[in-house]
Amino acid sequence: MRTNLEANWAVTPETEQKIVDTAGRYQTEPWQLMHILLDIQKIANNSFPREVAVIVSRETGLSEASLYSFISYYAMFSPSERGRYVVRMCESAPCHVRGSKAVMEAISKTLALQPGETSGDGRFTLEYCQCLGLCVNSPAVMVNEAVYKDLTPGRAATLMEDYMRGDYDA
Amino acid sequence: MISLTIDGLPVQVEEGASVLDAARKLNINIPTLCYHPDQDVKANCRICVVENEGQRTLLPACASPAAEGMAIHTNSPRVRKSRRHILELLLARHAQDCLHCKRSGTCELQQVSEDLHFVKTPRYPYRPRSAEMNDESSMSIVRNASKCIACGRCEYVCNEIQTVHAISKVNRGFDVNFVPAYDRPLGESVCINCGQCVQVCPTGALTIQDSCDQFWDALETDKLIVAQVAPSVRINLAEALGEEPGTVSTGRLVTAMKRMGFHLVFDTDFTADLTIMEEGTELLGRVKNGGVLPMVTSCSPGWIKFCETYYPDLLPNLSSCKSPQGMFGALIKNYYPAKIGKRPEDICSVSIMPCTAKKFEARRPELSTDEAPDVDFVITVQELARMIRSAGIDFKSLAETPFDNPFGLGSGAGEIFGATGGVMEAALRTVYELVTGETLKDINFEAVRGFEGIKEAAIQVGDLPVRVAVAHGLGNARKLMDAVRSGKADYHFIEVMACPGGCIGGGGNSIKNWKLMESRLEAVYGEDERLPIRKSHENPAVNSLYEEFLGEPGGHKSHELLHTVYTDRSYLLR
Repeated sequence: MRTNLEANWAVTPETEQKIVDTAGRYQTEPWQLMHILLDIQKIANNSFPREVAVIVSRETGLSEASLYSFISYYAMFSPSERGRYVVRMCESAPCHVRGSKAVMEAISKTLALQPGETSGDGRFTLEYCQCLGLCVNSPAVMVNEAVYKDLTPGRAATLMEDYMRGDYDA
Repeated sequence: MISLTIDGLPVQVEEGASVLDAARKLNINIPTLCYHPDQDVKANCRICVVENEGQRTLLPACASPAAEGMAIHTNSPRVRKSRRHILELLLARHAQDCLHCKRSGTCELQQVSEDLHFVKTPRYPYRPRSAEMNDESSMSIVRNASKCIACGRCEYVCNEIQTVHAISKVNRGFDVNFVPAYDRPLGESVCINCGQCVQVCPTGALTIQDSCDQFWDALETDKLIVAQVAPSVRINLAEALGEEPGTVSTGRLVTAMKRMGFHLVFDTDFTADLTIMEEGTELLGRVKNGGVLPMVTSCSPGWIKFCETYYPDLLPNLSSCKSPQGMFGALIKNYYPAKIGKRPEDICSVSIMPCTAKKFEARRPELSTDEAPDVDFVITVQELARMIRSAGIDFKSLAETPFDNPFGLGSGAGEIFGATGGVMEAALRTVYELVTGETLKDINFEAVRGFEGIKEAAIQVGDLPVRVAVAHGLGNARKLMDAVRSGKADYHFIEVMACPGGCIGGGGNSIKNWKLMESRLEAVYGEDERLPIRKSHENPAVNSLYEEFLGEPGGHKSHELLHTVYTDRSYLLR
């Protein structure tokens, strides 16, 4: 379902060094593997492709197969490329009864993406996710690490337009 | 001791024993699938559920420790219903094309289905596990996800025992699958073709890449079909055809192969002896001239690919000798044709092996002559057994036929190549006598025999105390190689066999466990005792080949034909 990205992300010497430094933490804090790999995924544009796993394997001694096993198990990792902004809509029941379906439709329409797709310019990936733990403020979405609560279709569309305009680009 | 009852029968077991162990002590059959006697308990298939009086939920017998006073029921209505339901759920993810499945007849799922007397149509429709069902990319192993029941035994043997890390469990829930990293084809992965996954797979999800048709097709040509038969094939073939494990069938297997249409059947024990002459000479040369030590054996193709992938810096340690299969192939295509007045292309060279990795080895460009492979194709023990059955041959009643000359004579030293420690022992027998000029008082080197993971010994050979080590199973090899790499291993000579137990435990044999392996091991050393010649350098056929054709061990001709080079494959990790 994935669109071909115009600007494919690739490992550069700078990002490789960042990945190596982050992976190095595993030597002294192996119990932090989850955090280490999440940090690496951030460096790697929200995804964990094979090129990255190879570097992490070399630096940690964990095999590529074990790393793939790990990242394919947890929903927050993606072995295939994702956009700069990953929009994750809560798929759980509380959000559903408070109107998440309409919110998702508004987001989907604004971004012109179906769940699971990445935009051609490599800026957005739209996904469903499991419960965000924000039921009291449902429906909720996360865009990368930012949380947006109590959404209506209108507010969600405006929010997406803000992102599309580049208001949140650093 | 712990006392409990199972189905009303009292039984006592040691502390730590499982309910399954206790039931087996009473000869009560509890069906199992993910459980494997040589592996840790996984308890994910749940087919072994039993009922414990007073306990609300059913227990998996494999993972439940027997406890004092337990009253277990293995055949209550509730257990029967649950097992049946579990089986139906397993079948919902398992393609039921048993009629033309390679594991039909030896499939554990089929057996469980039969044991549970499951004769109805499953209630759930079949839901395939993944879009890519059949991975035929490997020369040795076929992976068919439609047969996978996600027991995890393959992952265990690949990662925990062999430390190869070719396949792992990916995704979760309904999407679980066992695949190489990033869903690459097996043939492009770090898989070393050992086939130990085939040995533990309960179903037809992992099977041997079948080469039988290549033989039947060859029968339609006018080529001379010659075969070489590896040392452990005679140990394992009868077992694969339903006879007692450890039944040696040397003569009968030659008869069967002749009946099937092989023109000449030779003995790989012959080139095993040749390997000892070359490898022994190479070792002495390295010791004398300050060459790279420790020298490591190169007979096991799974081990070679493992070393090329994970230890490319230690490739200079590998003996440059081709494996016995490789040496045989070289002789068949370079020496034999002229001897019988034929051209190499008139000969179809087949090898019968206990090994799935030999299929990969036979395709190495180094093992070819004028771009034609020295061994045209490799048939494993499992395949040969199937071919014998399909040819309508009653193996049990066959008379014995000797191997053909000039490559029909092998020594006991060649024969023990089939077991872990065998290459080392064969080498020591020869090296000792060639160096000292004395006759060994006791030619049995017990220190290198048996199934201990890593074996060490020191043997005084003349002035030199030769330190040796033997590893079988690549997890053990990895430990030794890490020691070599860090300079902590001061051995002269190391033997590595990729498969646990050596070739008698190879991936191409009928399905094994350690208990069966004991019988196979006993048979190997029984054959060694029985053979009139037990030292490679006393094999007259080998000596006359040197006189007539090769010259000296390690000489020019030998180097041209019997030695090889290795390839750094660490790119597979990049």
